[in-house]
Amino acid sequence: MPTGPETPRWIKAEREGLHLPTIGWWIDPSRAVANALVTHGHADHARGGHGEVWATAATRDIIDLRYGKPPGGGDVAYGECIEIGDSITATFLPAGHVLGSAQILLERQGERIIVTGDYKRRPDPTCAPFTPAPCDILITEATFALPIFTHPPIEREIARLRAGRDANPDRTILVGAYALGKAQRVIAELRRSGYHETIWLHGAMTAMCDLYQRHGVALGPLAPVSETPRGDLKGQIVICPPSALNSVWARRLPDPVNAVASGWMRVRQRAVQSNVELPLIISDHCDWNELTATILEVAPQETWITHGREDALLHWCAMRQIRARALDLVGREDEDEAA
Amino acid sequence: MDRFARLLTDLIYTRARNGKLALLADYLRDVPDPDRGWALAGLTGEIDFPAIKAGIVRALIQERVDPVLFALSRDFVGDTAETVSLMWPAPTGPVRGAPGVSEAVALLASASRGTAKAVLAGLLDRLDEDGRFALLKLATGELRIGVSARLAKTAFAQAFGVALDEVEELWHAMRPPYAELFAWATGAAPKPDISMVPVFRPFMLANPLEDEVIDLKEYAAEWKWDGIRIQIVSAGGATRLFSRGGEDITESFPDVAEAFDHEGVLDGELLVRGTHQGGGAASFNALQQRLGRKTVPGSLLTAYPAFVRLYDILLDGADDLRRLPWSARRARLEGIAQRLDRSSFDISALIEAETFEALAELRAQARETDIEGVMLKRRDSAYEPGRKAGLWFKWKREPLTADCVLMYAQRGSGKRSSLYSDYTFGCWTAPEAEGGVLLPVGKAYSGFSDEELKWLDSFVRKQTTGRFGPVREVEKSLVLEVAFDAVNPSTRHKSGIAMRFPRISRIRRDKPANEADLIETLRRMTAAGAKAGDASKPQPN
Ligand SMILES: [Zn+2]
Ligand SMILES: [Zn+2]
Repeated sequence: MPTGPETPRWIKAEREGLHLPTIGWWIDPSRAVANALVTHGHADHARGGHGEVWATAATRDIIDLRYGKPPGGGDVAYGECIEIGDSITATFLPAGHVLGSAQILLERQGERIIVTGDYKRRPDPTCAPFTPAPCDILITEATFALPIFTHPPIEREIARLRAGRDANPDRTILVGAYALGKAQRVIAELRRSGYHETIWLHGAMTAMCDLYQRHGVALGPLAPVSETPRGDLKGQIVICPPSALNSVWARRLPDPVNAVASGWMRVRQRAVQSNVELPLIISDHCDWNELTATILEVAPQETWITHGREDALLHWCAMRQIRARALDLVGREDEDEAA
Repeated sequence: MDRFARLLTDLIYTRARNGKLALLADYLRDVPDPDRGWALAGLTGEIDFPAIKAGIVRALIQERVDPVLFALSRDFVGDTAETVSLMWPAPTGPVRGAPGVSEAVALLASASRGTAKAVLAGLLDRLDEDGRFALLKLATGELRIGVSARLAKTAFAQAFGVALDEVEELWHAMRPPYAELFAWATGAAPKPDISMVPVFRPFMLANPLEDEVIDLKEYAAEWKWDGIRIQIVSAGGATRLFSRGGEDITESFPDVAEAFDHEGVLDGELLVRGTHQGGGAASFNALQQRLGRKTVPGSLLTAYPAFVRLYDILLDGADDLRRLPWSARRARLEGIAQRLDRSSFDISALIEAETFEALAELRAQARETDIEGVMLKRRDSAYEPGRKAGLWFKWKREPLTADCVLMYAQRGSGKRSSLYSDYTFGCWTAPEAEGGVLLPVGKAYSGFSDEELKWLDSFVRKQTTGRFGPVREVEKSLVLEVAFDAVNPSTRHKSGIAMRFPRISRIRRDKPANEADLIETLRRMTAAGAKAGDASKPQPN
């Protein structure tokens, strides 16, 4: 490992999250704290019970929807810089992961640290695109940090979804997709492909889709499954949480074709294990090439890796004389699996 | 290769047996010769490229990508071919279009040890991910994608509207890419004449006897010998021995094959001379010394002399006797048996019993003499392939045993922690041909010798199809005879039952997985056993 500058003492990686010890603030903590900066609304980053929550307006709305309104804190716009004490500032930059998702740029006396949260580099009609920014320490996620993960173009996967629907006029196409982000992205991409029919929603999906629409993301005609005679759902696309795919609820649909939209679907064994007939490789995370390209592009002096398959990315960094270390945070899971 | 790759991908994601059959049948109908024939050979495991081994694939990928990244990826995916197909770097220069199956097969077949890597690399460069996956599976002969050879043949029969029994019978006389078989099935040519070729015919099998009382006027009784079921075929001057699954085991038993001098097809039990089994033969363990050998040292031939106890006759010369009643076939067999070499062949004697009760008495005595049980054969039954209800019964002695299929394995504890020594096995919900699936019925970690444990461990490692934490899922191909004391209701197993005190009593490499027992049979066996009052007696192991 090449030697480099000392790790700044004003940020520490704890098991429960990233900690700013001089002011007692946390980033994406897994337990309730007094002051939290939150990158985005997924359950492994945002949780209830904090005192102050500083996040984008959309993320704060999502937290409000899932856990109730936090008593303190406030909305931070993309590009806005807030002072949080001990000369530390926090700037929220788009992460391109889900609606409201942000990287958090922390600065103190010229030192720059970026916490990416989860992020992706592909265009997504439901959220602002990732903005790369220079920094000394890049704290990156590594959900799909293995070279086997190269996500195909989403257009190809949406075409496969539509072909699956056209080939099965008597069956419901049941797409398992995480309720925050993946579901809305699949819907928006279907619309972009020219699919304008009603898309049917599992009850767990409606509130989040409404929230997206309130934030200006057009999703086209949506309707709840619960108010529809089951027979009418033949040849229709229904979106549900992945956990509902093999449930009693799903069995009432006309002979559903199980589809799952997830980066894990790249691996056949994974797809087969989860009883998937139509695997759609759609991910809201970077693939291997995007992760490595981002490290090269941002070119930090040091990379901290969290959240996934750290080993491969650490090795890749070591082979290129890039300073890197893995953080051991608890409670971090990919949302596709956590769901 | 594209069409074949799509077939494999679709098969992997299709659960229902009928769905798989339809996909296969479409492929066999749509794709021209010889591609479809080579694909069929790949699916039925009848294709082998001696120069292409899994080690070559691993060596090749490690030249192309960082070996550490490969190892990490391989660990995550759990399958070398899939990992390589996902990681293979895009070729730098221009490449020719995707090869067809036949072209790929020809190139792979022409490869030598020295050229294997270059040939594989050249093909992989020309394919996309799905194509690379299909190619690697085909090349290494590891097409374990939930399609048995039996299912592939069933799809063939369905695709062209021909009888499965006929396909099975012709199959063994054909070589890939099966041009004659396709010509016959599509109506382009008459049925191939196989009378001069020594080929396997499907066996007639017995069902376990449960609560029935059998009328011995209608059924003949024989002892159930504890060896391996064997078919002796002699035609066109050549003699072959086939085991239950149609596997040619002639090489392991040259003594038996050489001693056979009658054209035709006979059915019997392969045994070793000895004093077990009521003095009639050695134990199964003795026979095991002779199994699975490519060459047999002379010392083994004398130490473990093999012979066949004849049960039935299918063909006498070219004369097909299978439609005759058992009694007529038996008469023919008795005549032929007299003319055969006595040291290598005898006939399975009929048990003289006036009544079923008397037979039950004899069977109970047989327990002491270590005979496995009694066979009951309907006197007027034709020789029907498979396990037709009501024709043949096996009436095994206690303890209860069942033939189960190995499903999952886990490492043991203590000094066994490096070995996969805990085995979960299952039985069928319905016959596989009717869409049955395997569900676990128990878990055992005893009953096998150290030798067998080593063998089982290596089987698990080689046949892994999935990993769930410490548990490995294996290809559902290995039959284990499991002895147990009773069957209890269970909420832990999806089958609804769990065996009490199960132990592996024998590894049945000779038995195809689709012939393992049904869950329903287990359930009824234990009910009958409990009535007989001896089901709970533990057996020494
Ligand atoms: Zn996330
Ligand atoms: Zn996350």
